[in-house]
Amino acid sequence: MSALRNIWIVFKRELKAQFNSMLAYVFVVIFVVLSMALTFWFRNFFDPNAQDASLEFSYFMWPAWLLMFLAPAVGMRLWSEEHRTGTIELLLTMPVATWHAIVGKFLAGLAVITIAVAASFPIVITVAYLGDPDNGTVWGGYLATFFYGAACLAITCAVSALTRSVVACLIISVTICFVLLLIAVPPVQDYFSDVLGGGASEAISSFSMFSHYNEMKRGVVSLPNLVFYLSMVGFCLFATSVVIKSKRA
Amino acid sequence: MIEVRNLSKRFGSKLAVDDVSFKVGRGEVLGFLGPNGAGKSTTMRMVTGYLPPSAGSVTIDGVDAVARPIAAKGKIGYLPESAPLYADMSVAAFLHFIAELRGYSGAGKAAAVDRALDTCFLEPVRNQSIDTLSKGYRHRTCLAQSVLHDPDILILDEPTDGLDPNQKQEVRNLIRRMGEEKAIIFSTHILEEVEAACTRAIIIDQGRVVADGSPDELKSKSKSAGAVTVRVSGQAGAGIRAALEGLPGVAEVREFKAGELSFSGQLVPGKAGGALAEAVFNLCKNKGLMLEELRVEEGRLDEVFREITVADTKLAAAG
Repeated sequence: MSALRNIWIVFKRELKAQFNSMLAYVFVVIFVVLSMALTFWFRNFFDPNAQDASLEFSYFMWPAWLLMFLAPAVGMRLWSEEHRTGTIELLLTMPVATWHAIVGKFLAGLAVITIAVAASFPIVITVAYLGDPDNGTVWGGYLATFFYGAACLAITCAVSALTRSVVACLIISVTICFVLLLIAVPPVQDYFSDVLGGGASEAISSFSMFSHYNEMKRGVVSLPNLVFYLSMVGFCLFATSVVIKSKRA
Repeated sequence: MIEVRNLSKRFGSKLAVDDVSFKVGRGEVLGFLGPNGAGKSTTMRMVTGYLPPSAGSVTIDGVDAVARPIAAKGKIGYLPESAPLYADMSVAAFLHFIAELRGYSGAGKAAAVDRALDTCFLEPVRNQSIDTLSKGYRHRTCLAQSVLHDPDILILDEPTDGLDPNQKQEVRNLIRRMGEEKAIIFSTHILEEVEAACTRAIIIDQGRVVADGSPDELKSKSKSAGAVTVRVSGQAGAGIRAALEGLPGVAEVREFKAGELSFSGQLVPGKAGGALAEAVFNLCKNKGLMLEELRVEEGRLDEVFREITVADTKLAAAG
């Protein structure tokens, strides 16, 4: 009970801080504008030859690429800023367990990402108006985006606990997210299967958020996908607590 | 209230705090003295539960701080060094956040925040954003945070650092007032502060406790303790200085300023030196000298501090 209460208190403060610093607004606007612009310019949203009135390829192609650097932008301050300003000493001497603070902060970042993703919802209305989209893939797409964003954010969370530099955190996190995305991109997969064989290539890409993202956005919300994302988030948040502890030891 | 036993902290190969033990009871204000890097902050951080100790134990009001950190943290108010704050919040919003983390809600929360604002004279900046505040106000905001839940135990790391003289005085008064019913540890570089606010002081050097006692006890260890400062004028046979040197129990006479008919200086007593002031007084009375000043030195804390910590540094350098 007190755990939930503490998480909620930390969550509220962190979310306010995100919006106070304007970062959250910038994030939401950039996410919506870019994802829409990319959808309409590059994916032939109005192509009369397109076979299906679905958002799977036209819209849900983009969030993975955008969140790869936007999620670290949301998460970079979570712990780096605490280290830089010394407020971590204040936070960790409150009668609150460290994991309450970690989860509260993570959820605040996730809320910002969720708001941004939800703000792109008009495109679903547009598609529903113009045609008859497959609702399964629309929800799958949103779920995929949500979990993908959560995974990128959790990685950023762990990195931000490591460094007091916000910029270093952003660069390192984006690089990790980018590499994890890249290993599931077909040309890279082909390269791995040429060099290491098909099995190894598949094993490598199964570690990528991107391959799970692609499966999910097709409307396949399977247990392995959920387990992958949840364990990814769980592992990264655990790593965050280990880093925070070891920094003080 | 606070019991620290054989506390040590090692950072890599460096031993920052080495086997420190002390107790602080209710109604006691303990001053932490020591040169920079002596281990004061590290010790306080271990007491507050921010740093885990490498060895030893900390007991807060009967609660083992290592085994039950959250219960122990709930009993402590802590002002970290450099007074960190969430700069994007207003003073009131920040204190509300702390009050919530301290378990307050509803009317109790509002009352606690108001009380803290009042105690630390923050009412005028209540709704101001913290990043627009002057250093003095920031410091007091962080102090307000530490006293908000009216804790029995207060740990203040350099509470007067960066304040102007008036604010320093206010904070000292606050510490003294709260010290009557709480257990307080505070660290400082300013030695008058120890005399003004502490009931006991500990000097830490290179991670070890090198002195522990009331400010008066510490002062009496100083070289100048017991010396008699005099200013005398008039006609004495072989000069005033010679007359003073001739007094029983005088080991050394330090001259500040002397003329034909006047002398001012300090008499350092020898081992058996007892009633030196009385002897000076009688000398003047008998010889018809004019006694302008007569004062027995209590000793000076800064002398003790320098002697203890400098001697240690030399020892370490030699070893």
